[in-house]
Amino acid sequence: MPARPSRVGLRVAALGYLAALLVVPVGLVFYRTFEHGIATAWEAVTTPEAMHAFWMTVFMVAVAVPANTVFGVACALYLVRTRLPGRAITGAAVNLPFAVSPVVVGLALILVYGQEGWLGSWLTEHGVQVIFSWPGMVIATIFVSLPFVVREVVPVLREIGIEQEEASRTLGASPWQTFWRVTLPSIRWGVAYGVILTTARALGEFGAVSVVSGKLAGQTQTLTLHVEERFQAFDLPGAYAASVVLAALALLVILSLTLLQRTRET
Amino acid sequence: MAIDIDHVSKRFGEFTALHDVSLTVPNGSLTALLGPSGGGKSTLLRIVAGLEEPDAGSVRISGDLMDGVPAQSRGVGFVFQHYAAFKHMSVRENVAFGLKIRKRPKAEVRRRVDDLLGLVHLDGLADRYPSQLSGGQRQRMALARALAVEPNVLLLDEPFGALDSRVREELREWLARLHDDLHVTTVFVTHDQAEAMEIAGQIVLINEGRIEQAGSPADLYERPANPFVMSFVGPVNRLGERWVRPHDVELLGEAREGSTEAMVQRIVRLGFEVRVALTLADGTPLSAQVSRVEVEELELEEGQILHVRPHRGTVFAA
Repeated sequence: MPARPSRVGLRVAALGYLAALLVVPVGLVFYRTFEHGIATAWEAVTTPEAMHAFWMTVFMVAVAVPANTVFGVACALYLVRTRLPGRAITGAAVNLPFAVSPVVVGLALILVYGQEGWLGSWLTEHGVQVIFSWPGMVIATIFVSLPFVVREVVPVLREIGIEQEEASRTLGASPWQTFWRVTLPSIRWGVAYGVILTTARALGEFGAVSVVSGKLAGQTQTLTLHVEERFQAFDLPGAYAASVVLAALALLVILSLTLLQRTRET
Repeated sequence: MAIDIDHVSKRFGEFTALHDVSLTVPNGSLTALLGPSGGGKSTLLRIVAGLEEPDAGSVRISGDLMDGVPAQSRGVGFVFQHYAAFKHMSVRENVAFGLKIRKRPKAEVRRRVDDLLGLVHLDGLADRYPSQLSGGQRQRMALARALAVEPNVLLLDEPFGALDSRVREELREWLARLHDDLHVTTVFVTHDQAEAMEIAGQIVLINEGRIEQAGSPADLYERPANPFVMSFVGPVNRLGERWVRPHDVELLGEAREGSTEAMVQRIVRLGFEVRVALTLADGTPLSAQVSRVEVEELELEEGQILHVRPHRGTVFAA
């Protein structure tokens, strides 16, 4: 078989590339974390600041994922199932978070919600602080992870067509019943992929949250911000340990994606 | 329940799908909306079902005005060309859908679904999923699902269009028998004139958004309103002003009164029936449909010159 050596070469090149860029650096982080024993690592991730950062990240995900799921499904229905005006511009706007750098997103949020911002000044008068506080971080996280559910659900909705929904209507189902009993079960895989990607993005968000949070340790720090702060403070064990927690969360997400793909294929 | 369609018009952008259509479908009838694709027949059916809104005109089902009544409240059963099976539900769940929406007691749902699955010969397949069924089985499931809610009218949009010809014929006969048993007012859309002729009590021939003719199959065949109807419901020859069916062309060995000379071009034997393609002296093509016996008597062969006489024919007023 003449193709064999080149196929082997291709595989080695691909694996080598992945190893150099991904596996070795991530592996080293794990190694550094546990180099002085599990106890040291455990201590580093159970400091009050690290714990707070962990729960902050969980909180961001817990708010951003449901918000973007509901919005994503509703937006996809509007784009595919309605003839209402403004669909083209909405479709383009949904992709904006992909195109705009997170840092710019953060700055833009400050312009709107900061104390001098045109919505922020009104909010401040009513005792709501958005920037340098968790509401701003939630908004930033939602913004950067917004497109995933929409982008996963739109093609599925197109593919399933409207006949099943029409059949449901002629059988006496209201639009709401049709959505719950026919549309949602038909798009469930698209929604599930979208949710997983949204979770991964929300977990790892740094730039936009960094700008709007003010980075107060124990107050407005997520895990990614905590990693950076520990790193800047020359506390490498602390930075590595927090990184491992982040990486473990990400691995969980990837694992669920893989499992989902497998369930779907069978 | 009778359906009254009163001056219904529908446009899609620049395209006029229906142009001031009025029609009555009698209670308990089996009516075919027949016509070429894109002629507006599916649009008319969907307007009756409430899946499309007419731009003008109105629909009544058993006398009740349907203006603004959503599809879910019209009490119609609708069967789609591509089945529209709920893919994530088993056959049983598909058929039970309408009953569950109506919150019928569980025992009743179960009994009724079992009865319907028996009626459509899917007894043993209740726990299968649509992807595990053949096209014909899926369409029978869809029919059971539509019948489950005891619709006032049953509407079928090209119900057998996606099936192969054998299954098609089976289901066609079966639908006719089902209609005889249930007497539910049934309207089906088809572009196949044989399908319409075979099972419909009333045929409505629709073309370019207008009704060309409505009547019994015999009416349309024997007394077509215009050349379009005549040529749509069966093959036809044109001889000057006259339109003649191939089986009304007499082949003669010698000249007689009213006959003309013609040359045999091609002979196609389809069992008992034989189709003969001829050309007249002036080059006009003519097709004749004769029996095997006649072919043998005349000793027909290609290239032969003989005499033809149309013994009936229709002249339409210009």
